[in-house]
Amino acid sequence: MKLYEYMAKEVFRAFDIPVPAGRVAASPEEAGEIARELGGDVAVKSQVLAGGRGKAGGIKFAGCPEEALDAARELLNQEIRGYRVERVLVEEKLTIDQELYLAIAVDGAARSPVVIASSRGGVDIEQVPEADLIRERIDIRWGFRPYQARRLAYRLGLTGAVARGVASIAIRLYRVFRERDAELTEINPLVVCGNDVLAADARLNVDDEALFRHGDLPKVEEGTEIERRVKSFGLSYVELDGDIAVMANGAGITMATLDILQRYGGRPANFLDAGGGAGTEPTARAIETLLMTRPKAILINIFGGITRCDDVAWAIVQVRNTRGIPVPLVVRLVGTNQEEGVRILRENGLRAYSEMHEAAEKVVALASGV
Amino acid sequence: MAILVDKETRLVVQGITGNQGSFHTKRMLEYGTCVVAGVSPGKAGRAVHGVPVFDSVAEAVEGEGANASVIFVPAPFAADAAMEAIDAGVGLIVIVTEHIPVQEAMEVIAFARERGSTIVGPNTFGVISPGKCKIGIMPNHIYQPGPVGILARSGTLSYEIAAGLSAAGLGQSTVVGLGGDRVVGLSFTDLLPALEDDPETEAVVLVGEIGGSAEEEAAGLIASMRKPVVAYIAGKSAPPGKRMGHAGAIIERGKGTYESKVKTLERAGVEVADLPWKVGEVLKEVMG
Repeated sequence: MKLYEYMAKEVFRAFDIPVPAGRVAASPEEAGEIARELGGDVAVKSQVLAGGRGKAGGIKFAGCPEEALDAARELLNQEIRGYRVERVLVEEKLTIDQELYLAIAVDGAARSPVVIASSRGGVDIEQVPEADLIRERIDIRWGFRPYQARRLAYRLGLTGAVARGVASIAIRLYRVFRERDAELTEINPLVVCGNDVLAADARLNVDDEALFRHGDLPKVEEGTEIERRVKSFGLSYVELDGDIAVMANGAGITMATLDILQRYGGRPANFLDAGGGAGTEPTARAIETLLMTRPKAILINIFGGITRCDDVAWAIVQVRNTRGIPVPLVVRLVGTNQEEGVRILRENGLRAYSEMHEAAEKVVALASGV
Repeated sequence: MAILVDKETRLVVQGITGNQGSFHTKRMLEYGTCVVAGVSPGKAGRAVHGVPVFDSVAEAVEGEGANASVIFVPAPFAADAAMEAIDAGVGLIVIVTEHIPVQEAMEVIAFARERGSTIVGPNTFGVISPGKCKIGIMPNHIYQPGPVGILARSGTLSYEIAAGLSAAGLGQSTVVGLGGDRVVGLSFTDLLPALEDDPETEAVVLVGEIGGSAEEEAAGLIASMRKPVVAYIAGKSAPPGKRMGHAGAIIERGKGTYESKVKTLERAGVEVADLPWKVGEVLKEVMG
């Protein structure tokens, strides 16, 4: 779960990581009021879950409350990188001497947390060459030690109070990472203003699997309406831009099914992993979800290992008999209880394919109206 | 021979009294796996499908000589179960449970390294040496003993490929599910040397997917292997930034793309099959 910048900054505050003075606003008037309280120049920052918002025009500066109100009016309800802006964060404008980058992420290859830092912050970190990135791998048993944080600050070319400030923020950021079960927490830019160091931006992505022990965090839902709906009943769903709805059982085979479809000239409408071992009811729900996307055709690709072909067949028949399936449906069904599954489909006037390429060819032809 | 598991494997099932634990204990027994004990705290003295249940892994090790464990414990308690097995000196721990918090997975793996245990998973279908021993949830009927080692990041896709190979007369020496999570105990690079040294293995199949760098790292080792390696990589059509089910299956920051993986593997001499059902054909060519 990704937190909005203003939520992440609340967490940072609780861990004594310095952030600029400011508050979040849901209306232009509120934004103007916050600017009045802050006094002086302010930054009005749209709150979206996408990166690169500055470049997309999502951050404006204002010299007085009226300007802040106007800026918020422009930003609110605007679309930034595919996200509608529902809130803006109004903050004191900083006088910046230097912009740094600091993040703590999961290094899958090393199976450990890693601290990543750069003296070239403020830009899209993907554009920073590898040579300008500093990495400190952390042994999760011992945590991020002060000497490592000092080493990091010195390698960034910092000295004195600024080096101490960066090192102490790095240590606190690691506490955020651990205590909030982050997958990624990032400060870009981490800014130097005189002797002060502040988190000008904040990112905190919390591990979905650990949310059960973070009930105090705000809930942020991401994704389209259908994606949210499917997630709510425990299946994995991603919307794509094609017209053939796809369901398979297992993430790998679902991905492979999309690849095969594309290879045969089709355009998948979604990724839907019905899971290994799903019974009739969850499978029926998954098929109903596919229908909500109004596809031109549907492809169901089942390799029954733990999943039973007869369960899948009953699910298909159940959906067809209750709410109807108004578009062409192609089913490939092999594996556990295959004969029974194929028989159930046949008795209900449906054909099952056993070869994946036949099914793919067929559904592509049907979707293009051949 | 085979790798990781064989006829000497004596398995303890952690979470044996739960639905999944009990069901798969039965299937593993049917396959011929030597399941010697189960663990379910507070339920010692019972038996599940004739397998004695203990309160702790240490007692299962002491009482029944268990040397491998499989974990079906629910996610919030699974890392603790794995640590208990490591502490009891179990050498091979297969974590089937999915949805374990990633930081707990890192802690388990760090502890396992310290004590010399091997972790497979989390979120794995398991390990099988056909005809000898099966640890996990994969279907019993799709494998045949034979010369092909399979290392896979995903379950059902590897079932599909294994079944295709079996049908084509290409049996398997050992099949390992690495697990679908971002952080897992074993990667391709940890197992390729063992397969290269295994006298029963003549060729290797990698079932990879987009995301992470496991395939690229594998390529570095494969370049110096004698045995032929064939790969299939899922996720060619996946758009960047979208997580395709598995926690690792996401193209992030332009890394872990299909193109990068295929190019790196091909440069190392791997034949990459462009469709899953072609893996058998390609294998037959490279095996001569």
